Amino acid sequence: MKARVTISLKNGVLDPQGKAIEHALHGLGFAGVNDVRQGKIIELDLGDLSKEEAPAAVERMCTQLLANTVIENYSVELLD
Amino acid sequence: MKATVIVFPGSNCDRDLKVAIEQSMGTAPDMVWHADTDLPDTDLIAIPGGFSFGDYLRCGAIAGNSPIMREVVKKAAAGTPVLAICNGFQVATETGMLPGALLRNANQKFICRDVDLKVISQNERFVGAFEQGQTVRFPVAHHDGNYFADDETLKRLDGEGMIAFKYADEDGTVNEGTNINGSVDNIAGIYNENGNILGLMPHPERLISDQLGGTDGKIFFDNLVNSLS
Repeated sequence: MKARVTISLKNGVLDPQGKAIEHALHGLGFAGVNDVRQGKIIELDLGDLSKEEAPAAVERMCTQLLANTVIENYSVELLD
Repeated sequence: MKATVIVFPGSNCDRDLKVAIEQSMGTAPDMVWHADTDLPDTDLIAIPGGFSFGDYLRCGAIAGNSPIMREVVKKAAAGTPVLAICNGFQVATETGMLPGALLRNANQKFICRDVDLKVISQNERFVGAFEQGQTVRFPVAHHDGNYFADDETLKRLDGEGMIAFKYADEDGTVNEGTNINGSVDNIAGIYNENGNILGLMPHPERLISDQLGGTDGKIFFDNLVNSLS
């Protein structure tokens, strides 16, 4: 079982790195870009963990370590 | 009085903090490694600045989950004073000991210079040597010191006297022009609800003698030691 966790900053939380990427894209002539928000993807190999056990386990990983829910949202995708 | 400095892989202000505490206290603090599971008897726990675990994942996130931090959180909840500086402040927010979070500086720059701070709320233990409203000068050296808290948390910080320091100019003016890193309401340091934890981005341990360019940090640590002795 594998899982992919996508972490992004919550709306309203300033994203200076996203802004820097946006400015760089404008500098390259991509004028149509209105906003850029950057985040991270974490891929987990869960070994023999069952489909039933995986969601709760990954949820605990997200809240305890992977995401800071004061500033970040996360979503989990389970992959076979 | 006894003090403890926590050391993580990547801490780089632990020895500065040791020197500052020792200068005021007369004896050296215990240095405790992140993988330890027991804290010695202590009247003060200090979490130093640096780049614990290379700032991987988020600043302070991995350090916040290290074995010793479980003990620090327990002791702090039982009332032991905790001083969390720079990366230590990030670690403290990651554990939930302090509210809010520290984001990348709004201007994307690593800021390394002396700054003026206005003392906002009195707390005898930590800032008893200073008058409320006066300014003190400590250095900052950070890339991720942009303090964030939601509106509800901000109201609580303000209403319950939990804001310790704000970025100001030397006359004590606090405005957008003196906000070096984009922090909400210019916040540079906060207390927890019980007032036994102080987290701040600036480094009082770096200005503890005239040879280093100033003594506001010495005044800070002398008061801390006096109030805890």
